[in-house]
Amino acid sequence: MRNHSLPRWLAAFALAALPLAGCDAHDHEEDFPSSIGAPPVEAASPQGIHVPPPPFSDGVFPCSDCHDPEMLLPNPRRRKLEMAHQEIELKHDAEHRWCLDCHDAANRDQLHLAGGELVPFEESYRLCGQCHGDKYRDWRAGVHGRRTGKWDGDKEYLLCVHCHNSHAPHFAPIAPMPAPKRPVRTP
Amino acid sequence: MTDTADTTVSRRDLLCTIAGCAAAASVAGCSEPTHTDFFRHHLHELTPEQLKAMLADLEQEFSAKYGKDVTVAMTEARPGVSFAYALDLSRCIGCRRCVHACVKENNQSREPAVQWIRVLEMDKEKGIDLHHANAYYEAETVPRPGHFYMPVACQHCRNAPCVKSCPVGATWQEPDGIVAIDYDWCIGCRCCMASCPYGARHFNWAEPELPAEELNPKTHYLGNRPRPKGVVEKCTWCIHRTREGLYPACVEVCPVGARKFGDLNDPASEIRYVLENKRVFVLKSELNTRPRFYYFYGV
Ligand code: SF4
Ligand code: SF4
Repeated sequence: MRNHSLPRWLAAFALAALPLAGCDAHDHEEDFPSSIGAPPVEAASPQGIHVPPPPFSDGVFPCSDCHDPEMLLPNPRRRKLEMAHQEIELKHDAEHRWCLDCHDAANRDQLHLAGGELVPFEESYRLCGQCHGDKYRDWRAGVHGRRTGKWDGDKEYLLCVHCHNSHAPHFAPIAPMPAPKRPVRTP
Repeated sequence: MTDTADTTVSRRDLLCTIAGCAAAASVAGCSEPTHTDFFRHHLHELTPEQLKAMLADLEQEFSAKYGKDVTVAMTEARPGVSFAYALDLSRCIGCRRCVHACVKENNQSREPAVQWIRVLEMDKEKGIDLHHANAYYEAETVPRPGHFYMPVACQHCRNAPCVKSCPVGATWQEPDGIVAIDYDWCIGCRCCMASCPYGARHFNWAEPELPAEELNPKTHYLGNRPRPKGVVEKCTWCIHRTREGLYPACVEVCPVGARKFGDLNDPASEIRYVLENKRVFVLKSELNTRPRFYYFYGV
């Protein structure tokens, strides 16, 4: 609504007299549009999506530096780790999961899907998506997780593991920024 | 009547003099002449040359005042674009990163502090209950057990009471849906604040304090350019960013990705995905303000 033909100074005097009703320029636009009949929503293919490098702890990658199959035979027995990685406390369905469900025993520099297909750490979302299909779908559409970039173009995605520690994925509480000041009331 | 005259009487001065509003003068900054010529036409009636000259004037004024190159853009709405915003209530943890990123990005006054986003803390037990909402919560870490958080800023209503109540046409809805304010046309009467059901509008009671080193020099005329004392301001969906295709600053800073923004007319946009696949509502729908700002539950 543009009522700028009204002289301003006149308006300043006539505030109280002005009717508050106005026209609505957007009457025919739906508030909750839906795309029944429109093509299915498919964001850019995840493989074409820009993600920053995986957040490895310092010096840990490539894993094959230590897990050299010639030097260190893989031990596929489920157990408590004692030689390395003791700091990892698995809080991710620990009752049913352990390292080699996701990490590949034969190629430690990659992960594997349930069917055995190897997946690089840069595409770990495919692994997570096997169980968390609803989140994976939302993530691909740009709705689960943080996006930066352009609403009408290139976006930077984050890997699941940038926000969720894969070994303990619950989002950790953080300190809030300062609260606003309460308005001061004059007596 | 162009804006080149080196008048010493600003429009606001003259208004105050005419109206004899001594009380308003004390808060509305009537003593300081501004760059605006009182006899300027409404923004929508300016010729392209007048507009250009006015923006150049502002750039010069701000650059001199803050000692760095300040740009004041007037990027127009993109044809066919209809903006909307969605916030995931099941994700927000109440960390206030958005509040403070917004202050920086949009050059809000630091003292007295103006904040366009207010994060409300509510009890999970009570659900959305604005009477028991608390914007002043303090905590070591958030989310606090038993609570959830609801950030509120301008809802960019399609049927906006603020626009209807402005007596001078200083605020309106842009073609892309952004509800904008011309700070140089605002007479500081605060009718819009009284009529906004979301407390989204803020008044500059004092000269805004904005340290030069913290000024964001990339500004838009209808957005984050420095404001004078005595005018109303509010969220503009980062008009200087979104009109260039970028996300608003709050979308990019939110650590949990609770904030989504995009074009309703693009069926492949994030915002359309939210509206089509999630449980969505608008705040105070009973008022028929028809917000472009949606809340949803992403889980
Ligand atoms: S930055 Fe995100 S999580 Fe934090 S208060 Fe704002 S919306 Fe909520
Ligand atoms: S939320 Fe308030 S300021 Fe924003 S458009 Fe609606 S009525 Fe106007």
